Amino acid sequence: MDKKTRSILLDPLHEKNPVTLGVLGICSALAVTTKLETAFVMSAALTFVLVCSNTTISLLRNKIPGSIRIITQLAIIASLVIVADQVLKAYLFDTSKALSVFVGLIITNCIVMGRAEAFAMANPPMASALDGFANSMGYSVVLIYVALFRELLGSGKVLGSPVFASVSDGGWYVPNGLMVLSPGAFFLIGLLIWVQRSMTPTLQEAD
Amino acid sequence: MDFSNKYVLGFALVLCIICSALVSSTAVALKERQDANKELDQRRQVIRVAGLAGAGDALPKEEVDTLFENIQGRVIDRETGEYLDVPVASVDPIKESKDPATSASTPSEFKAAQVSRLSNRLQVFEVKTPGKECLVLPIHGKGLWSTMYGYLAVKNDLSEVVGITFYAHGETPGLGGEIDNPSWKAQFPGKGVFGADGVGLGVVKASAPRDTDYEVDGLSGATITTKGVDATIKLWLGPAGYGPYLEQFKTQG
Repeated sequence: MDKKTRSILLDPLHEKNPVTLGVLGICSALAVTTKLETAFVMSAALTFVLVCSNTTISLLRNKIPGSIRIITQLAIIASLVIVADQVLKAYLFDTSKALSVFVGLIITNCIVMGRAEAFAMANPPMASALDGFANSMGYSVVLIYVALFRELLGSGKVLGSPVFASVSDGGWYVPNGLMVLSPGAFFLIGLLIWVQRSMTPTLQEAD
Repeated sequence: MDFSNKYVLGFALVLCIICSALVSSTAVALKERQDANKELDQRRQVIRVAGLAGAGDALPKEEVDTLFENIQGRVIDRETGEYLDVPVASVDPIKESKDPATSASTPSEFKAAQVSRLSNRLQVFEVKTPGKECLVLPIHGKGLWSTMYGYLAVKNDLSEVVGITFYAHGETPGLGGEIDNPSWKAQFPGKGVFGADGVGLGVVKASAPRDTDYEVDGLSGATITTKGVDATIKLWLGPAGYGPYLEQFKTQG
Protein backbone atom coordinates (compact mmCIF):
# COMPACT_ATOMS: atom_id res chain seq x y z
CA MET A 1 0.00 0.00 0.00
CA ASP A 2 1.59 3.28 -0.97
CA LYS A 3 1.56 6.31 1.21
CA LYS A 4 -1.30 8.08 -0.53
CA THR A 5 -3.74 5.15 -0.38
CA ARG A 6 -2.82 4.68 3.23
CA SER A 7 -3.63 8.24 4.05
CA ILE A 8 -6.90 8.06 2.09
CA LEU A 9 -7.89 4.99 4.08
CA LEU A 10 -6.70 5.89 7.55
CA ASP A 11 -7.01 9.65 7.88
CA PRO A 12 -10.83 9.72 8.05
CA LEU A 13 -10.76 7.29 10.95
CA HIS A 14 -8.78 9.54 13.21
CA GLU A 15 -6.99 12.67 12.07
CA LYS A 16 -9.65 13.77 9.62
CA ASN A 17 -12.69 12.09 11.11
CA PRO A 18 -15.76 13.61 9.47
CA VAL A 19 -17.80 13.60 12.69
CA THR A 20 -15.38 14.53 15.44
CA LEU A 21 -13.21 16.91 13.43
CA GLY A 22 -15.44 17.98 10.59
CA VAL A 23 -18.46 17.94 12.93
CA LEU A 24 -20.52 16.73 9.98
CA GLY A 25 -23.39 14.27 10.04
CA ILE A 26 -24.25 15.20 13.62
CA CYS A 27 -27.99 15.17 12.97
CA SER A 28 -28.14 11.47 12.26
CA ALA A 29 -25.55 10.73 14.94
CA LEU A 30 -28.06 12.06 17.47
CA ALA A 31 -31.18 10.66 15.90
CA VAL A 32 -30.50 7.04 15.13
CA THR A 33 -28.14 6.08 17.94
CA THR A 34 -30.51 5.01 20.72
CA LYS A 35 -29.94 1.43 19.63
CA LEU A 36 -26.92 -0.33 18.13
CA GLU A 37 -28.97 -2.10 15.49
CA THR A 38 -30.26 1.10 13.91
CA ALA A 39 -26.74 2.55 14.02
CA PHE A 40 -25.38 -0.45 12.11
CA VAL A 41 -28.05 -0.22 9.43
CA MET A 42 -27.64 3.54 9.15
CA SER A 43 -23.86 3.10 8.77
CA ALA A 44 -24.38 0.48 6.07
CA ALA A 45 -26.81 2.73 4.20
CA LEU A 46 -24.40 5.66 4.38
CA THR A 47 -21.49 3.51 3.24
CA PHE A 48 -23.49 2.34 0.22
CA VAL A 49 -24.51 5.87 -0.72
CA LEU A 50 -21.10 7.43 -0.15
CA VAL A 51 -19.08 4.79 -2.01
CA CYS A 52 -21.49 4.77 -4.97
CA SER A 53 -21.85 8.54 -5.15
CA ASN A 54 -18.10 9.12 -4.91
CA THR A 55 -17.42 6.55 -7.64
CA THR A 56 -20.12 7.83 -9.98
CA ILE A 57 -19.18 11.45 -9.53
CA SER A 58 -15.53 10.68 -10.01
CA LEU A 59 -16.27 8.77 -13.24
CA LEU A 60 -18.20 11.77 -14.52
CA ARG A 61 -15.86 14.40 -13.11
CA ASN A 62 -14.56 15.53 -16.49
CA LYS A 63 -18.02 15.56 -18.03
CA ILE A 64 -19.89 17.49 -15.32
CA PRO A 65 -20.25 21.16 -16.33
CA GLY A 66 -19.00 23.39 -13.52
CA SER A 67 -22.08 25.59 -13.62
CA ILE A 68 -24.41 22.76 -12.62
CA ARG A 69 -22.04 20.55 -10.67
CA ILE A 70 -23.71 20.90 -7.26
CA ILE A 71 -27.16 19.99 -8.53
CA THR A 72 -25.64 17.12 -10.52
CA GLN A 73 -24.02 15.74 -7.37
CA LEU A 74 -27.26 16.22 -5.51
CA ALA A 75 -29.30 14.38 -8.14
CA ILE A 76 -26.93 11.42 -8.08
CA ILE A 77 -26.86 11.32 -4.27
CA ALA A 78 -30.62 11.69 -3.97
CA SER A 79 -31.25 8.83 -6.40
CA LEU A 80 -28.89 6.56 -4.48
CA VAL A 81 -30.53 7.48 -1.17
CA ILE A 82 -33.97 6.62 -2.50
CA VAL A 83 -32.68 3.30 -3.74
CA ALA A 84 -31.15 2.55 -0.33
CA ASP A 85 -34.39 3.54 1.41
CA GLN A 86 -36.51 1.35 -0.87
CA VAL A 87 -34.23 -1.64 -0.36
CA LEU A 88 -34.40 -1.23 3.41
CA LYS A 89 -38.19 -1.03 3.28
CA ALA A 90 -38.27 -4.26 1.30
CA TYR A 91 -35.71 -6.30 3.20
CA LEU A 92 -35.30 -4.81 6.69
CA PHE A 93 -38.77 -3.47 7.36
CA ASP A 94 -38.59 -3.21 11.16
CA THR A 95 -35.28 -1.39 11.20
CA SER A 96 -36.40 0.87 8.41
CA LYS A 97 -39.42 1.78 10.52
CA ALA A 98 -37.11 2.67 13.41
CA LEU A 99 -34.91 4.76 11.11
CA SER A 100 -38.00 6.45 9.61
CA VAL A 101 -37.01 9.63 7.79
CA PHE A 102 -33.34 9.45 8.62
CA VAL A 103 -32.38 7.22 5.73
CA GLY A 104 -33.98 9.76 3.42
CA LEU A 105 -32.06 12.49 5.21
CA ILE A 106 -28.73 10.96 4.16
CA ILE A 107 -29.20 13.35 1.23
CA THR A 108 -28.57 16.24 3.58
CA ASN A 109 -25.69 14.51 5.35
CA CYS A 110 -22.84 16.94 4.76
CA ILE A 111 -20.31 14.12 4.61
CA VAL A 112 -21.73 12.84 1.32
CA MET A 113 -21.74 16.13 -0.56
CA GLY A 114 -18.59 17.22 1.18
CA ARG A 115 -16.65 14.22 -0.11
CA ALA A 116 -18.17 14.56 -3.58
CA GLU A 117 -17.15 18.19 -3.85
CA ALA A 118 -13.82 17.97 -2.04
CA PHE A 119 -12.52 14.64 -3.29
CA ALA A 120 -14.45 12.87 -6.04
CA MET A 121 -14.50 15.92 -8.35
CA ALA A 122 -10.69 15.92 -8.43
CA ASN A 123 -9.60 12.30 -8.11
CA PRO A 124 -9.86 9.06 -10.13
CA PRO A 125 -12.68 6.59 -9.40
CA MET A 126 -10.68 4.01 -7.46
CA ALA A 127 -9.24 6.54 -5.04
CA SER A 128 -12.68 8.16 -4.71
CA ALA A 129 -14.32 4.87 -3.87
CA LEU A 130 -11.68 4.25 -1.20
CA ASP A 131 -12.15 7.76 0.14
CA GLY A 132 -15.90 7.23 0.31
CA PHE A 133 -15.45 3.96 2.10
CA ALA A 134 -12.92 5.36 4.58
CA ASN A 135 -15.10 8.36 5.41
CA SER A 136 -18.10 6.08 5.89
CA MET A 137 -16.03 4.05 8.31
CA GLY A 138 -15.02 7.21 10.15
CA TYR A 139 -18.69 8.08 10.49
CA SER A 140 -19.68 4.52 11.39
CA VAL A 141 -17.08 4.22 14.15
CA VAL A 142 -18.46 7.30 15.87
CA LEU A 143 -22.07 6.22 15.34
CA ILE A 144 -21.42 2.78 16.76
CA TYR A 145 -19.51 4.19 19.74
CA VAL A 146 -22.38 6.56 20.55
CA ALA A 147 -25.05 3.88 20.02
CA LEU A 148 -23.20 1.31 22.13
CA PHE A 149 -23.07 3.61 25.15
CA ARG A 150 -26.55 5.01 24.64
CA GLU A 151 -28.10 1.57 24.46
CA LEU A 152 -26.01 0.21 27.32
CA LEU A 153 -26.53 3.13 29.69
CA GLY A 154 -29.98 4.13 28.47
CA SER A 155 -31.63 0.74 28.57
CA GLY A 156 -29.03 -1.65 29.97
CA LYS A 157 -28.84 -3.63 26.74
CA VAL A 158 -26.44 -4.31 23.89
CA LEU A 159 -28.01 -5.23 20.55
CA GLY A 160 -31.29 -5.87 22.32
CA SER A 161 -29.99 -8.44 24.80
CA PRO A 162 -29.79 -7.38 28.45
CA VAL A 163 -26.34 -6.74 29.91
CA PHE A 164 -27.32 -4.77 32.99
CA ALA A 165 -30.57 -6.18 34.39
CA SER A 166 -32.80 -3.12 34.55
CA VAL A 167 -35.03 -2.31 37.52
CA SER A 168 -38.21 -2.77 35.48
CA ASP A 169 -37.20 -6.39 34.82
CA GLY A 170 -36.40 -6.94 38.50
CA GLY A 171 -32.65 -6.20 38.25
CA TRP A 172 -30.45 -3.55 39.82
CA TYR A 173 -29.73 -1.09 37.00
CA VAL A 174 -31.67 2.16 36.87
CA PRO A 175 -31.60 3.17 33.17
CA ASN A 176 -30.20 6.63 32.56
CA GLY A 177 -33.01 8.54 30.84
CA LEU A 178 -30.63 11.21 29.55
CA MET A 179 -28.94 8.68 27.29
CA VAL A 180 -32.19 7.89 25.52
CA LEU A 181 -32.69 11.54 24.62
CA SER A 182 -30.63 13.43 22.04
CA PRO A 183 -28.53 15.43 24.55
CA GLY A 184 -27.02 12.11 25.68
CA ALA A 185 -25.45 11.76 22.24
CA PHE A 186 -24.07 15.31 22.44
CA PHE A 187 -22.32 14.48 25.69
CA LEU A 188 -20.85 11.28 24.24
CA ILE A 189 -19.63 12.99 21.07
CA GLY A 190 -18.26 15.86 23.15
CA LEU A 191 -16.35 13.46 25.36
CA LEU A 192 -14.95 11.68 22.30
CA ILE A 193 -13.77 14.95 20.77
CA TRP A 194 -12.13 15.90 24.06
CA VAL A 195 -10.32 12.55 24.42
CA GLN A 196 -9.24 12.57 20.78
CA ARG A 197 -7.79 16.07 20.92
CA SER A 198 -6.06 15.48 24.22
CA MET A 199 -4.39 12.39 22.84
CA THR A 200 -3.35 14.06 19.60
CA PRO A 201 -2.41 17.67 20.43
CA THR A 202 -1.77 18.46 16.75
CA LEU A 203 -5.53 18.39 16.24
CA GLN A 204 -6.12 21.25 18.65
CA GLU A 205 -6.89 24.59 17.10
CA ALA A 206 -4.84 27.58 18.18
CA ASP A 207 -6.76 29.87 20.52
CA MET B 1 -13.29 23.46 -18.64
CA ASP B 2 -15.81 25.36 -20.68
CA PHE B 3 -18.98 23.74 -21.88
CA SER B 4 -21.53 25.14 -24.28
CA ASN B 5 -25.05 25.84 -23.07
CA LYS B 6 -26.32 23.08 -25.31
CA TYR B 7 -24.01 20.59 -23.64
CA VAL B 8 -25.10 21.73 -20.16
CA LEU B 9 -28.78 21.33 -20.99
CA GLY B 10 -28.18 17.98 -22.66
CA PHE B 11 -26.15 16.75 -19.69
CA ALA B 12 -28.87 17.78 -17.24
CA LEU B 13 -31.52 16.07 -19.33
CA VAL B 14 -29.62 12.78 -19.65
CA LEU B 15 -28.78 12.82 -15.95
CA CYS B 16 -32.43 13.34 -15.02
CA ILE B 17 -33.57 10.50 -17.26
CA ILE B 18 -30.99 8.06 -15.89
CA CYS B 19 -31.70 8.99 -12.28
CA SER B 20 -35.45 8.76 -12.66
CA ALA B 21 -35.17 5.41 -14.44
CA LEU B 22 -33.01 4.10 -11.60
CA VAL B 23 -35.34 5.32 -8.88
CA SER B 24 -38.57 4.20 -10.51
CA SER B 25 -37.31 0.78 -11.49
CA THR B 26 -36.19 0.08 -7.90
CA ALA B 27 -39.52 1.29 -6.58
CA VAL B 28 -41.48 -0.89 -8.99
CA ALA B 29 -39.27 -3.93 -8.51
CA LEU B 30 -39.51 -3.80 -4.73
CA LYS B 31 -43.13 -2.73 -4.38
CA GLU B 32 -44.53 -6.22 -3.92
CA ARG B 33 -42.12 -7.04 -1.13
CA GLN B 34 -42.72 -3.73 0.59
CA ASP B 35 -46.48 -4.14 0.50
CA ALA B 36 -46.13 -7.65 1.89
CA ASN B 37 -44.02 -6.23 4.74
CA LYS B 38 -46.57 -3.55 5.50
CA GLU B 39 -49.39 -6.05 5.57
CA LEU B 40 -47.40 -8.44 7.77
CA ASP B 41 -46.67 -5.60 10.16
CA GLN B 42 -50.33 -4.63 10.35
CA ARG B 43 -51.30 -8.26 10.94
CA ARG B 44 -48.83 -8.56 13.80
CA GLN B 45 -50.36 -5.51 15.47
CA VAL B 46 -53.86 -6.94 15.07
CA ILE B 47 -52.81 -10.28 16.57
CA ARG B 48 -51.15 -8.62 19.54
CA VAL B 49 -53.99 -6.27 20.34
CA ALA B 50 -56.50 -9.10 20.10
CA GLY B 51 -54.50 -10.92 22.76
CA LEU B 52 -53.65 -13.88 20.50
CA ALA B 53 -49.93 -13.44 21.19
CA GLY B 54 -47.81 -11.78 23.85
CA ALA B 55 -46.28 -8.36 23.22
CA GLY B 56 -42.73 -9.73 23.12
CA ASP B 57 -43.40 -12.70 20.83
CA ALA B 58 -41.42 -12.57 17.60
CA LEU B 59 -44.32 -13.82 15.44
CA PRO B 60 -42.64 -15.15 12.30
CA LYS B 61 -44.59 -14.96 9.08
CA GLU B 62 -45.85 -18.55 9.19
CA GLU B 63 -47.32 -18.07 12.65
CA VAL B 64 -48.98 -14.82 11.60
CA ASP B 65 -50.55 -16.59 8.63
CA THR B 66 -51.87 -19.45 10.76
CA LEU B 67 -53.35 -17.08 13.32
CA PHE B 68 -54.84 -14.96 10.59
CA GLU B 69 -56.86 -17.86 9.21
CA ASN B 70 -59.33 -17.07 11.96
CA ILE B 71 -59.24 -13.33 11.44
CA GLN B 72 -61.30 -11.73 8.75
CA GLY B 73 -60.43 -8.26 7.54
CA ARG B 74 -63.45 -6.35 6.24
CA VAL B 75 -64.04 -2.98 4.70
CA ILE B 76 -67.06 -1.04 5.93
CA ASP B 77 -68.90 2.11 4.98
CA ARG B 78 -68.34 4.50 7.86
CA GLU B 79 -71.74 6.19 7.76
CA THR B 80 -74.01 3.19 7.31
CA GLY B 81 -71.84 0.53 8.89
CA GLU B 82 -72.53 -1.81 5.95
CA TYR B 83 -69.86 -4.16 4.63
CA LEU B 84 -68.32 -3.20 1.31
CA ASP B 85 -67.19 -5.91 -1.04
CA VAL B 86 -63.56 -4.87 -1.53
CA PRO B 87 -60.33 -6.49 -0.33
CA VAL B 88 -58.92 -4.95 2.88
CA ALA B 89 -55.45 -4.50 1.47
CA SER B 90 -56.78 -2.25 -1.29
CA VAL B 91 -58.15 0.31 1.18
CA ASP B 92 -56.00 2.79 3.05
CA PRO B 93 -58.31 4.86 5.26
CA ILE B 94 -55.53 7.20 6.35
CA LYS B 95 -54.64 8.07 2.77
CA GLU B 96 -58.29 8.34 1.80
CA SER B 97 -59.02 10.69 4.68
CA LYS B 98 -56.77 13.26 3.01
CA ASP B 99 -58.78 13.31 -0.20
CA PRO B 100 -62.03 15.34 -0.04
CA ALA B 101 -63.58 12.96 -2.58
CA THR B 102 -63.26 9.94 -0.30
CA SER B 103 -63.72 11.55 3.10
CA ALA B 104 -65.91 13.88 5.14
CA SER B 105 -64.92 16.44 7.71
CA THR B 106 -65.11 15.39 11.35
CA PRO B 107 -68.26 16.56 13.17
CA SER B 108 -67.47 19.47 15.48
CA GLU B 109 -68.30 17.61 18.69
CA PHE B 110 -65.38 15.26 18.01
CA LYS B 111 -62.83 17.98 17.18
CA ALA B 112 -60.96 17.19 20.41
CA ALA B 113 -59.23 14.26 18.68
CA GLN B 114 -57.86 16.78 16.14
CA VAL B 115 -58.55 14.54 13.19
CA SER B 116 -59.78 16.93 10.56
CA ARG B 117 -61.27 14.44 8.10
CA LEU B 118 -62.59 10.90 8.31
CA SER B 119 -62.45 8.58 5.34
CA ASN B 120 -65.71 7.09 4.07
CA ARG B 121 -64.35 3.58 4.10
CA LEU B 122 -62.82 1.94 7.16
CA GLN B 123 -61.09 -1.32 7.91
CA VAL B 124 -62.15 -3.70 10.66
CA PHE B 125 -60.73 -7.06 11.66
CA GLU B 126 -63.15 -9.66 12.97
CA VAL B 127 -61.34 -12.19 15.11
CA LYS B 128 -63.11 -15.56 15.13
CA THR B 129 -60.57 -17.58 17.12
CA PRO B 130 -62.68 -19.68 19.52
CA GLY B 131 -62.76 -18.16 22.99
CA LYS B 132 -61.01 -14.99 21.82
CA GLU B 133 -63.65 -13.51 19.53
CA CYS B 134 -63.29 -9.78 19.20
CA LEU B 135 -63.29 -6.83 16.83
CA VAL B 136 -60.08 -4.96 16.10
CA LEU B 137 -60.57 -1.35 15.04
CA PRO B 138 -57.80 0.84 13.64
CA ILE B 139 -57.85 4.24 15.38
CA HIS B 140 -55.86 7.45 15.24
CA GLY B 141 -55.89 10.85 16.87
CA LYS B 142 -53.62 13.62 17.97
CA GLY B 143 -51.66 13.64 21.22
CA LEU B 144 -49.33 16.45 22.21
CA TRP B 145 -46.82 16.40 19.35
CA SER B 146 -47.98 13.83 16.91
CA THR B 147 -50.78 11.77 15.51
CA MET B 148 -51.00 8.50 17.38
CA TYR B 149 -51.94 5.49 15.26
CA GLY B 150 -53.18 2.36 16.93
CA TYR B 151 -55.71 -0.40 17.31
CA LEU B 152 -58.51 -0.91 19.79
CA ALA B 153 -59.92 -4.39 20.31
CA VAL B 154 -63.37 -4.92 21.83
CA LYS B 155 -65.32 -8.09 22.58
CA ASN B 156 -67.87 -9.22 19.99
CA ASP B 157 -70.81 -8.32 22.23
CA LEU B 158 -69.20 -4.91 22.86
CA SER B 159 -69.29 -5.60 26.60
CA GLU B 160 -65.64 -4.94 27.28
CA VAL B 161 -62.27 -3.90 25.90
CA VAL B 162 -59.79 -6.59 24.90
CA GLY B 163 -56.80 -4.36 24.37
CA ILE B 164 -55.32 -1.20 22.92
CA THR B 165 -52.02 -0.50 21.23
CA PHE B 166 -50.33 2.39 19.46
CA TYR B 167 -47.95 1.40 16.69
CA ALA B 168 -46.78 4.83 15.63
CA HIS B 169 -46.59 8.07 17.57
CA GLY B 170 -44.10 10.79 18.43
CA GLU B 171 -45.02 11.58 22.02
CA THR B 172 -42.35 12.60 24.55
CA PRO B 173 -40.37 9.53 25.61
CA GLY B 174 -40.92 8.87 29.30
CA LEU B 175 -44.07 11.01 29.51
CA GLY B 176 -46.65 10.75 26.72
CA GLY B 177 -44.55 8.01 25.18
CA GLU B 178 -45.64 5.85 28.08
CA ILE B 179 -48.78 5.04 26.09
CA ASP B 180 -46.54 2.18 24.93
CA ASN B 181 -45.97 1.03 28.49
CA PRO B 182 -47.46 -2.46 28.89
CA SER B 183 -48.54 -1.79 32.48
CA TRP B 184 -50.50 1.28 31.40
CA LYS B 185 -52.11 -0.55 28.50
CA ALA B 186 -52.96 -3.38 30.91
CA GLN B 187 -55.55 -1.11 32.50
CA PHE B 188 -57.73 -1.30 29.40
CA PRO B 189 -58.72 -4.96 29.11
CA GLY B 190 -61.98 -5.59 30.99
CA LYS B 191 -63.21 -2.00 30.96
CA GLY B 192 -66.75 -1.43 29.75
CA VAL B 193 -67.17 0.13 26.32
CA PHE B 194 -70.64 1.69 26.17
CA GLY B 195 -72.22 3.22 29.25
CA ALA B 196 -75.78 4.41 29.84
CA ASP B 197 -75.25 7.42 27.62
CA GLY B 198 -72.91 6.65 24.76
CA VAL B 199 -69.25 5.76 24.88
CA GLY B 200 -68.22 5.10 28.47
CA LEU B 201 -64.63 4.05 27.85
CA GLY B 202 -62.19 6.85 28.41
CA VAL B 203 -59.03 8.09 30.02
CA VAL B 204 -59.14 10.66 32.79
CA LYS B 205 -56.45 12.83 34.31
CA ALA B 206 -54.05 10.90 36.50
CA SER B 207 -55.39 10.23 40.01
CA ALA B 208 -58.60 12.18 39.36
CA PRO B 209 -61.87 10.57 40.48
CA ARG B 210 -63.12 8.23 37.80
CA ASP B 211 -65.68 5.57 37.05
CA THR B 212 -63.49 2.49 37.42
CA ASP B 213 -65.85 0.33 35.37
CA TYR B 214 -65.24 2.40 32.27
CA GLU B 215 -62.40 4.81 32.78
CA VAL B 216 -58.66 4.36 32.84
CA ASP B 217 -56.21 6.36 34.95
CA GLY B 218 -54.26 8.79 32.75
CA LEU B 219 -50.51 9.19 32.57
CA SER B 220 -48.91 11.59 35.06
CA GLY B 221 -47.11 14.43 33.35
CA ALA B 222 -48.81 13.72 30.04
CA THR B 223 -52.13 15.53 30.36
CA ILE B 224 -52.43 16.43 26.69
CA THR B 225 -51.47 12.97 25.44
CA THR B 226 -53.98 11.49 27.88
CA LYS B 227 -56.70 13.83 26.65
CA GLY B 228 -55.79 12.93 23.08
CA VAL B 229 -56.16 9.20 23.75
CA ASP B 230 -59.51 9.89 25.42
CA ALA B 231 -60.76 12.00 22.50
CA THR B 232 -59.49 9.41 20.00
CA ILE B 233 -61.45 6.64 21.72
CA LYS B 234 -64.59 8.79 21.91
CA LEU B 235 -64.31 9.71 18.25
CA TRP B 236 -63.81 6.23 16.84
CA LEU B 237 -66.34 4.43 19.01
CA GLY B 238 -68.87 7.22 18.47
CA PRO B 239 -71.43 7.72 15.69
CA ALA B 240 -68.93 9.41 13.39
CA GLY B 241 -66.50 6.50 13.67
CA TYR B 242 -67.29 2.81 14.02
CA GLY B 243 -70.59 3.49 15.86
CA PRO B 244 -73.00 2.47 13.04
CA TYR B 245 -70.97 -0.64 12.27
CA LEU B 246 -70.79 -1.72 15.92
CA GLU B 247 -74.53 -1.19 16.29
CA GLN B 248 -75.23 -3.45 13.33
CA PHE B 249 -72.69 -6.04 14.31
CA LYS B 250 -74.29 -6.29 17.74
CA THR B 251 -77.87 -6.69 16.51
CA GLN B 252 -76.90 -9.22 13.88
CA GLY B 253 -74.86 -11.19 16.37
